[in-house]
Amino acid sequence: MARQNRRNAKPLKGLRKEPTGISGFDEITSGGLPSGRPTLICGSAGAGKTLFAMEFLVRGATLFNEPGVFMSFEESDEELATNVASLGFDLDQLVADKKLRLDYVFIERSEIEETGEYDLEALFLRLGHAIDSIGARRVVLDTLEALFSALPNEAIVRAELRRLFRWLKERGVTAVITGERGDGKLTRYGLEEYVADCVILLDHRVQNQISTRRMRIVKYRGTSHGTNEYPFLIDEKGFSVLPITSLGLTHKAPTEFVSTGIPRLDTMLSGRGFYRGSSILVSGTAGTGKSTLAAHFIEAACTRGERALFFAFEESQEQIIRNMRSIGIDLEKHVRKGLLKFQNARPSSWGLEVHLALIHKTIDTFNPAVVVVDPITNFLAIGDRMETKSMLTRLIDFLKMKQITGMFTSLTSSSSAMEDSEVDVSSLMDAWLLVKTIESNGERNRGLYILKARGIAHSNQVREFLLTRNGIELIDAYIGAEGVLMGSARSSQIAREQAADVERQHATARKERELQRKQELYEAKLQALRNQYETERNAILRELDEEQNRLRLAADQRLEIARLRRADTKATKVEENGARRAQKGAGR
Amino acid sequence: MKSSPTQKSSRRKTSNGNSPQKVSDELSSWNLRLYVAGQTPRSVTAFKNLNDICEEYLKGQYDIEVIDLMENPTLARGDQILAVPTLVRKLPQPIRKIIGDLSNTERVLVGLDIQPR
Repeated sequence: MARQNRRNAKPLKGLRKEPTGISGFDEITSGGLPSGRPTLICGSAGAGKTLFAMEFLVRGATLFNEPGVFMSFEESDEELATNVASLGFDLDQLVADKKLRLDYVFIERSEIEETGEYDLEALFLRLGHAIDSIGARRVVLDTLEALFSALPNEAIVRAELRRLFRWLKERGVTAVITGERGDGKLTRYGLEEYVADCVILLDHRVQNQISTRRMRIVKYRGTSHGTNEYPFLIDEKGFSVLPITSLGLTHKAPTEFVSTGIPRLDTMLSGRGFYRGSSILVSGTAGTGKSTLAAHFIEAACTRGERALFFAFEESQEQIIRNMRSIGIDLEKHVRKGLLKFQNARPSSWGLEVHLALIHKTIDTFNPAVVVVDPITNFLAIGDRMETKSMLTRLIDFLKMKQITGMFTSLTSSSSAMEDSEVDVSSLMDAWLLVKTIESNGERNRGLYILKARGIAHSNQVREFLLTRNGIELIDAYIGAEGVLMGSARSSQIAREQAADVERQHATARKERELQRKQELYEAKLQALRNQYETERNAILRELDEEQNRLRLAADQRLEIARLRRADTKATKVEENGARRAQKGAGR
Repeated sequence: MKSSPTQKSSRRKTSNGNSPQKVSDELSSWNLRLYVAGQTPRSVTAFKNLNDICEEYLKGQYDIEVIDLMENPTLARGDQILAVPTLVRKLPQPIRKIIGDLSNTERVLVGLDIQPR
């Protein structure tokens, strides 16, 4: 549909283009092949020329309702039909539906004698008849160069070819002509000089014993086009070209978070995990638990109900499932539910570009939210650092564009620096976890650091990393006067500390008891003093009372005597003062 | 144009039929077919040259059929014709093809195996 629209949207003035229907190709040519003009497809033997041409016709007939003629100089109709049946093309049916016409031109040089002048009008008539019989809009000539080997007079062939291309243009058919690649030239017989509009080169290169197919648009008159070499695949669905180098830094940046699957690790990352759509590098030496971290990440995604893709380049699916089960992660149930998909392959099975292409295809069809590539360092076996980096850059760009969170594990060789990410991709990554084994006292312990996490406040602390029956557990490493301790050293240090604690507690309790005793002693002494004081006071008060009584008695006696002697009233005052003093003493 | 090669009247038949027999059977063995495309001067030349050669070397033992591909383009497929004019020796076997206007008599004779190479 999209293609149809693009085609209709083309302005009439510019070069009209004919969509090929070949996946990816119409993107890199921004529309397809030049409409009504011949295009040359050249490449060495086995590059996929015939297949490209055939798919152009089949897609034209099935997707755009444009019938086509395939004139073959190399393979018979039956051979062609058999060869492309594996790609799902039913040529016989298309022929029966008058959507396609196959014409096999067979020339046997040994049967041919040449005398005098001739031309190739019969070929034109044949082709013209084939085009007219089904109203063809597309024509393939595969491979015209057979004419050069079949007919001795090259001058005539060249003149006739020029006429043929002119004729094709006059007929207004979109033609694809294939040509074998020659030494230092695009085609052995220089067909490119006749086809001036569009030349496409297919290449099949073997590097480190691994082959990669690539396509390049050598020229395309009157239009802009991608100039890179684009890798392409031929698989059970036919041709697919990958316009992956044309990605840019225009992806969106989601603010949503995805959990790492390990609560403590989430805590280290502001408590939420990684940003959705970010790319995470997990690096570490062998056996540090990189794949396990990835498995946790996948498990968390699947538990949330998201789809996850696991590209494993070292282990088989069964092996991963078994190993992860031993630490309590059941990946199999997610596989059964269709949430998790493994794609296992040895890196050396294909070239880098093909790997990338396959990853693209799988992602496009499975549409995951989370992708794990384990490990990326294995790609170095099939490409050098620069190629691998370029491939990973494109992969990361692709994932970001689709807002897929990607986790990449990277094996660091124990001899190189820990912060060396082997394929120099650390700068491309948004977050980087480093898992490191720390060897001391005859044992190895795992430590986990967050080296970076763009846009997330993260812990700078090292955590000890334990693989338990219930998965990964992160523990605070012991950091104290004795440095960072891990494993049994940490346990024994903790035990020592606990013993010291107990000792201190005992000492405190002792002191408290002593204080208690002192308090009791003090209070007892205080009580005794008070008792003594009370006793003495009572005695004194009694003495005072007696004294008072004595004084009163004496006064009474004096009053009595005075009354008896008829004295004046002065004596009463003395008696009153004495009574007041006595009262005061009792109040104390 | 006096003698039109497109007309079937130009066909000449030998006394016997075209039974596929050995070359030694001199009376019936030469079955020739000339493919042309329209009545071009080249077609006419080719037909005339062919007639002359046959009359001189194969008198009474040949059979010429002229096919105009302009009229019957589908016939080009059967004998795998690309170039015109093309002379096809159907019999005696094996099939041989001679392309061109047949102006070089010697090469035609070689091509038809009338003269040893």
